Amino acid sequence: MRIPEPKRSDLAEGDLTPMIDMTFQLIAFFMVLINFTDAEQDQRIRLPVSDIAKPPDTAFIEPRTVHLTDRGMVSFRGDEMPMVEFERHLRRDVQELRNRGKSVTDVTVIIRADKNAMSGQVQEIMQECQRTGYERFVLRAKSPDPGG
Amino acid sequence: MKIRNVGREDKIQLQMTPMIDIVFQLLVFFVMTFKIAQPEGDFNIKMPLAAPKAGAPSDDLPPMTIRLRAADDGSLASMRLNERNIESFDQLRSLIISLVGNEQGPMGDSVSAEIEIDSDYHLKYEHTMAAVTAISGHTDPTTGSVVKLIDKIRFAPPRRR
Repeated sequence: MRIPEPKRSDLAEGDLTPMIDMTFQLIAFFMVLINFTDAEQDQRIRLPVSDIAKPPDTAFIEPRTVHLTDRGMVSFRGDEMPMVEFERHLRRDVQELRNRGKSVTDVTVIIRADKNAMSGQVQEIMQECQRTGYERFVLRAKSPDPGG
Repeated sequence: MKIRNVGREDKIQLQMTPMIDIVFQLLVFFVMTFKIAQPEGDFNIKMPLAAPKAGAPSDDLPPMTIRLRAADDGSLASMRLNERNIESFDQLRSLIISLVGNEQGPMGDSVSAEIEIDSDYHLKYEHTMAAVTAISGHTDPTTGSVVKLIDKIRFAPPRRR
């Protein structure tokens, strides 16, 4: 009686090349689209809508972003504070600028205020900035949702 | 002389598993952190501290002030441009166009015109921004481009409640 040879247990080799190609393309896609400006955004803030607000043509030389929440809290350079402490942080920033040999008039203060924040608090932010020497301001709004 | 194993090619087995692991981890990271950011735009405002005392605008236009009054809940109660009542932001825009013209208009005073926004302290910021939008310009319906109106916008000192 002839005993048949046992079946060879070769592993089936799938061709991984298309999958790796596709995966690398996906990674490249997400890397290109990743939003590095998130650092200056605060997701709690819902900006007011303006249909003519356009993104700046050129980047600001010395931008300082000030966030104002609907509860009146100010966020500046990573610190969150009530309005009464804002001036102290501004003065510290001015001192840092001077130490670096920069002028405070070169700074552009970007105000990202929540749409439900009080207008008077936005004015207070501008007033405090004026007192410490800042002159250039930018009010930030978001473009209308294309989907309506 | 014995020649051994001529022509025999040993396949080098590449270990793909670690690479695929890390690639998938990268992919998952990017997918999880991905979000579509809505475009944001800016309105430039130059307000040095001495600006209100620096002198009147050099042109013949009277200084313009828009007064925004708030209701108790922070909504917009009334609006006045140089003591003239305004019903809506569209009306405000039309009035601004009639006063200063626009970039394409016959008067062309928009470059030198200056306006001050004076709003109640507790007015919701979205109404102030709507006023800034109406003052700054409008979108031309035929071309879709932005027609500028007044570029120089100032804010009055805050009114304490």
